[in-house]
Amino acid sequence: MKLNFVILIALVLFSLWTVMTRSLIRSAIGLALTSAILTIAMFRLNSPIAAVFELSVCAGLISVLFVSTISLTHPETREEAMQHMKDRLTRFWYLPVIVIVAVVILSAMRMNLHFNLPTPDAEKDVQSVMWNLRQLDLFGQIIVLLTGVFGVVILLKEAKKK
Amino acid sequence: MISLLIFMPFLALLILNIPFKDITKKDAFWAVLALSALQAGISLFPNASFWDSASDVIGNFFKLNLAIDSLSIVLLFCIGTVTFITALVAKHFITDQKRLFNFTSLLLVILAGMNGIVMTRDIFSLYVFIEIAAIASFILIAMNKDIDAIEGAFKYLILSAIATTMMLSSIALILLMVGDTDLSVISYAMKTSERAPIIMAAIGLFICGLFIKGGLVPFHGWLPDAYSSASAPASVLLAGIVTKTVGIYTLMRIMISAFGFDNTVKTILMLVGTVSIVFGALAAIGQADFKRMLAYSSISQVGYIVLGLGCGTGLAIAGAAFHLFNHAMFKSLLFVNSASVELETKTRDMNKMTGFGQKMPVAAFTSAVATLSASGIPPLAGFWSKLIIVMALWAAGHYAYAAIAVLASVITLAYFLSMQRRVFFGKLSGELKDIRETAGGLVLSASILAAITIGAGVFFPFMLNVFILPIANMIGR
Repeated sequence: MKLNFVILIALVLFSLWTVMTRSLIRSAIGLALTSAILTIAMFRLNSPIAAVFELSVCAGLISVLFVSTISLTHPETREEAMQHMKDRLTRFWYLPVIVIVAVVILSAMRMNLHFNLPTPDAEKDVQSVMWNLRQLDLFGQIIVLLTGVFGVVILLKEAKKK
Repeated sequence: MISLLIFMPFLALLILNIPFKDITKKDAFWAVLALSALQAGISLFPNASFWDSASDVIGNFFKLNLAIDSLSIVLLFCIGTVTFITALVAKHFITDQKRLFNFTSLLLVILAGMNGIVMTRDIFSLYVFIEIAAIASFILIAMNKDIDAIEGAFKYLILSAIATTMMLSSIALILLMVGDTDLSVISYAMKTSERAPIIMAAIGLFICGLFIKGGLVPFHGWLPDAYSSASAPASVLLAGIVTKTVGIYTLMRIMISAFGFDNTVKTILMLVGTVSIVFGALAAIGQADFKRMLAYSSISQVGYIVLGLGCGTGLAIAGAAFHLFNHAMFKSLLFVNSASVELETKTRDMNKMTGFGQKMPVAAFTSAVATLSASGIPPLAGFWSKLIIVMALWAAGHYAYAAIAVLASVITLAYFLSMQRRVFFGKLSGELKDIRETAGGLVLSASILAAITIGAGVFFPFMLNVFILPIANMIGR
């Protein structure tokens, strides 16, 4: 239970950092970290397939696509970036407040969410699930990854031409 | 053999990327044309043995959870047609062979992804195919070199990432509560499980993700930028079919096969649909940019589909599916014509356009067909789909929604007639006297789409019996 709290707090902190940080690249990295932590949460929620896809698609591929797109744009000067961060902090000061208030309210309510969850099948480890039960998804994920690689190659080539 | 619709595009992509001596980059274009034309052609025969999933050797061997029903066949026809048109437009716009090859390769990926979305009956596979289509679309938008395109792609990617996170979290919750991701199992659990409220919350999260992907108000922020900044062929594809399949069809499938039509959900869908209709129509009036106006109009038209879906009766959902078909045709047609105009004038600003009808008669005529169909003027196809939706709303006692749908049609007619008058009617200005009808692919594309729009309206009894009534009977409410 304690570990879940740590994961949730880290998830919230990295999400906030993603929204508030001053550079786009850092935002992209923040999003990748948020996705990675969400992956851990999903593993703990007994959803290994969702976790594997979150890790490969969101934390991996989407972040690479983000970074390659950002590399096509002009970077801001340090002063501009600082000004942007200040603006963002003034605009989104309420986000951390909302998160804290929500946590306090939910804790006070002591939400009782204990269900009789389906017992995890010991044989259904990630490997057997991927190869034996979810072949269509595996095929789909291969296309996703190939498309991502294809896209990064095209976009970076375009950047080089420029 | 339905699994071929997913495997063939991917196989073609692999073969085209292997450096055989006899395979050139030009073949990618012909591969897309052939596969999409075959798909559209075979979709016209819903009773063909091709659709029998029992005879699907590959699908049965790999235990793929694929199935076909009347709704899927309508979508497969739209996907085939719009992909075919996009390839023709791309051939005309992209002169560099290498870039055309990249574009058509991505078209093959999107074709496989969208076919997968339409045929799978598993919420997780649905998500995987949505990601395939979304990632390829993002690259298609960003391929256009200017900074607007990168901004459009970036906005799309950010909102798409948020939607993705919502959908994955939802799948995690569903897997936790139900122990399976098959839509029929989820549907059964919704009716019988003690955890139904949590499953409902999870599907609600999934639907919010789909609202973002479909560009519905209030999640529409990315849509006008993405549509207007993408290259002409990419905007035909995105506006014509990608957002409709990824966002709207998936929403319909989830509602029909898993979620069911709870009163609260029906109200939410009808509200979101109505707000989208009105907001999109009002925002379209104020636009001077041709493609942005079409993008806002898309939000409005998608609103009609969601309104029909929210009504929840068999007739309303069949009307929504027919409007989805019509929207794919007339909106692709309008984007093809905007591409023709942009190619000749190098601008999208409608204030600088006038009298193009004299020099571009095919674009002017087909544009008139599309705008009248979108505004619901008989006997064009858009009239029938809107009529079915309004009739179904009226029959279900939703008089206010029906009235708003009719009134918003008048606004649609107003902004489309204004566009038609500004761009195609009036006197041609001296500076633009040298413009001419864009030859070849664009004229052919516009003519095919206009013929479908007129044909589906004039031969409405055929459409009703072969496509619409089977959908209504399938839902059976």
